[in-house]
This record gives sequence, C-alpha cells and structure tokens, in this order.
Amino acid sequence: MWEATSDGTQSFWDAVSNPEAVAALKLTLATAIGVALLNAVLGTVTAWVLVRDNFRGKSVVNAIIDLPFALPTIVAGLTILALYGPRSPVGIDVTYTRTAIVLAMMFVTLPFVVRTVQPVLDELDLEVEEAARSLGAGPARTFVRVIFPNILPGILSGMALAFAKAVGEFGALVIITGNLPFKTEVSSVYIFSRIESGDSASAAAVAVVLLGISFVALLSIGAIRHFATRHERG
Amino acid sequence: MDSSLASRLGLRFVALSYLAIVLVGPLAVVFWRTFEHGVEPAWNAISQADTIHAFKLTLIITAIAVPVNTVFGIVCALAIVRRSFRGKGLLNAFIDLPLALSPVVVGLSLFLLYGRQGWFGGWLDDHGIQVLFALPSMIIATVFVSLPFVAREVVPTLREVGDDQEQAARTLGANGWQTFWKITLPSIRWAVIYGVILTTARCLGEYGAVAVVSGRLQGQTETATLRVQERYESYDLAGAYAISIVLATMAILVLVVMTTIRPREEAH
Repeated sequence: MWEATSDGTQSFWDAVSNPEAVAALKLTLATAIGVALLNAVLGTVTAWVLVRDNFRGKSVVNAIIDLPFALPTIVAGLTILALYGPRSPVGIDVTYTRTAIVLAMMFVTLPFVVRTVQPVLDELDLEVEEAARSLGAGPARTFVRVIFPNILPGILSGMALAFAKAVGEFGALVIITGNLPFKTEVSSVYIFSRIESGDSASAAAVAVVLLGISFVALLSIGAIRHFATRHERG
Repeated sequence: MDSSLASRLGLRFVALSYLAIVLVGPLAVVFWRTFEHGVEPAWNAISQADTIHAFKLTLIITAIAVPVNTVFGIVCALAIVRRSFRGKGLLNAFIDLPLALSPVVVGLSLFLLYGRQGWFGGWLDDHGIQVLFALPSMIIATVFVSLPFVAREVVPTLREVGDDQEQAARTLGANGWQTFWKITLPSIRWAVIYGVILTTARCLGEYGAVAVVSGRLQGQTETATLRVQERYESYDLAGAYAISIVLATMAILVLVVMTTIRPREEAH
C-alpha cells in the first residue's frame, strides 16, 4: 500500500476525493450499515428460532445457514439474479438497482449474526428467564432485561463481521449491480475498474481506505470480545 | 399461553421466510433454470473445452493452496497457543485479516507487488519468471484469502485440550516431533479436518482476488468462478448456470460433510 502514497499525499487525496470514488464509498458504507442492521434483527430472530423453537426439518435449516460460507460469491450473485432478475419467475426485477446490492450483501453475510448469537442463546439458562417470568416480567420485559444484555456482544461482533464482509464484497455484486457510476457502483467494483483501466494509483488510494475500514472492524470485534469476557468475570 | 404460542409461530414464520427470500429461493431457481430444458444443454455447457480447462485450473490451485494453508495453519495455531514470543498479539490479530479484507484489495496488493513496476516485478521480469497473469499469482492470491480457516479452527481446540499430555510425553522421553505426531495431532485432528474443508470451499470459490491477478485469459488463466462471469457476459446464461450448479453442488457437499463432522469435533 506504499504505492498509494508514493506520489505524495496530495495525489492520494486527489484520488480519494474523486467524485466517483466518493459516491462509491458513500454507497458502500450506507448499504453495508443497512445490511448489518438488517442482519442484527433477522439474524437474532433466526438464532432464537433455531435454539428455542422446535419443528420438523430444523436441523436442515440449521445446516443451510452456513451455505453462504461455502458457496462461491459469484454463484451467490447469479442466484440472486435468477430469482430477482429480468427472467424472474415472481416478476420482481431488481437488476442495476441499489436493492440488488442490499440483497446480494444480505446473502453473503447471512450466517454471521446467527452464528455469533446462537451459541450464547444455547448456553443461556432457561431458569433465569423463568425466574424473571415468575417475578412478574412479561415476555417483552424478559427479553429486554434478561436475554438481550447477554446476547448483545454476540450481536455486535456478528454485525461487525457482516459489515466488514459487506464493505469488501465483490463477486456477488459484480453481475447484478450493473456497476453504474454514481448509482450502483460500490468501492470494490470501483477499485477493480480502476485496475482494469490501468490507473492502479487511484485503485490503491481507495483500497487504503477500505483497508482502514477492515482494520477498524477487526479492532472493534477484538474490543467487543475483550469487554464481553471481562464482563463475564466481573 | 396462547399469546406465547402465537409469538413463537410468528418468529418462526419471520425466520423461515427470511431464509427463503434471501437464500433458498434464489438457489432453487438456479437449479430449476439449469435443468429447465433437460440435462443435455447443461451437460453441453459443462463439456466445453474452456470450461473443462477452467475446472482443472481451479482444482490445481486448490490442490496446492490447501496443503500449504493446512501446514501453515497448524504451525500458527501451535505458535499462538503454546509459545510466547514478541509480536504474538500481532500475529493473532493479523491472522484474521484476510476474513475482513476485500478480495479485490488482496488482488490489488499482489498486482502492485509483482507488476512490472512493483517491488519484485522488475527482478522477476529480468529472470524471465512470470507471476502476474499466470498460475503463481493465482496460487498466492488463493493462499492469502483462505489463510485463516485452519488456524481459527485449531486454536480453540488446542486451548481446550491443554498441554498435560504433551508434557507427560516429554517427561517419558519423547522428542518434539514424536510428541506432535503421537499426542498433539490426534487430539486436534477433527478441528484440522474441519478447517481443511472450510479452506477447500474458500479456494474453490475464490473470485475477487483471482479476477485481479489472473488477467482472465480464456483457456489459460480462467478459473471456474471466472468462467461463470465470462459466460454471463457472453450472454450464455445457460452456461453460467450450469457451471454455477457444479460449484453449488460442491458447496452443498462441503455443508453435508461439515454437519457430520461438527458433533465429533465438539465431542473432543
């Protein structure tokens, strides 16, 4: 990444503040934050259902959660296109829109929150919840006061992982977003198109920004883990 | 009781529809579209010479990257858990980096390193070694992105197992090598196998980093995932779907193996 700053900080700044690069970065951050929040809610619900509910085929559902980890991202993009593309059997076409970006990012980040919350819920004693209930707390109050504080570190670190993955995602997005500058072009795709057109200095400048975001995400996961374990001991 | 049953069914409905809309639905449509007109068109798409070459290339890269990362992962995990040295915290943090990093950024850094103007590029060029737009850079990119999986699986298992048995073996006169093969490796074997499976899946599916460094030369440096995009861009949707199905089937196999192994890993 030394390359990015080799021509001095001025050219680095010029490359980063290029309007197309800024638009791509804004879009990337906004969609990734949205996807992390969606994951927080839906991932927690899914984890709860997998731990506390019982129905036929639950083990299959549990196994399917990991599919996005195993599936190539380009295939993930193509599958989104198959259901929500021009030949959609349900009549929904989101190609070349921002909805497509969100859907693709949700596909690839689906396991993170589920897999960080599930083990915590699994270990959480049912007795504590029952005690809260018998002391007169309703289900909502029990959730907010008893369950939620316990699973919060799991939700947060899952969100940070999902956010980092969404920010850097490339394979799942390249097919369905159309990569329209200022509209559906995210940072990773912008970097790729800069490399392809021989402008690797601009690519490197934006890559440094993404690298910084990855570092921050990793550090916050570390901090959450640290805080959670200290909390447990105290 | 009625309201709690209703909320339970409601949550179940939300979770299952979420999975159906984002995950299962799209995948099912791909399978349906591929075999819409029977098996033959799909088979023809798969048996094109360039597609077969792409699959071979993917398998070659995986066959090299997986053993490299297995050895590296075990060594790193042993270093992190059993040794103390300066920079250990740094190693522990950095090993997760490929998980948080965009594959395009990984590809770009290799591109800058081995390109004509890069740090190593000039020297390699003088000696007639081609790294960029050739197999070596594709292997390096794949090794990089699949680096953490074995170490991440092995580290917690090593911690849990403890080093009592290893110390006992040493007191009884076993050397380091014997201790590793007879004591350490058997106790972490399920974690290693699990990590190897995850690494394999990641290697087979790598796209972003390889897309940058390979130059995407059809029939030469095109892997299976790159071939999917090439077919899509050439308006051969059937071809793109057919290759995707093969890759998706591999991913599902990985899942099946993972689900059978996980209980054994946890039992250890």
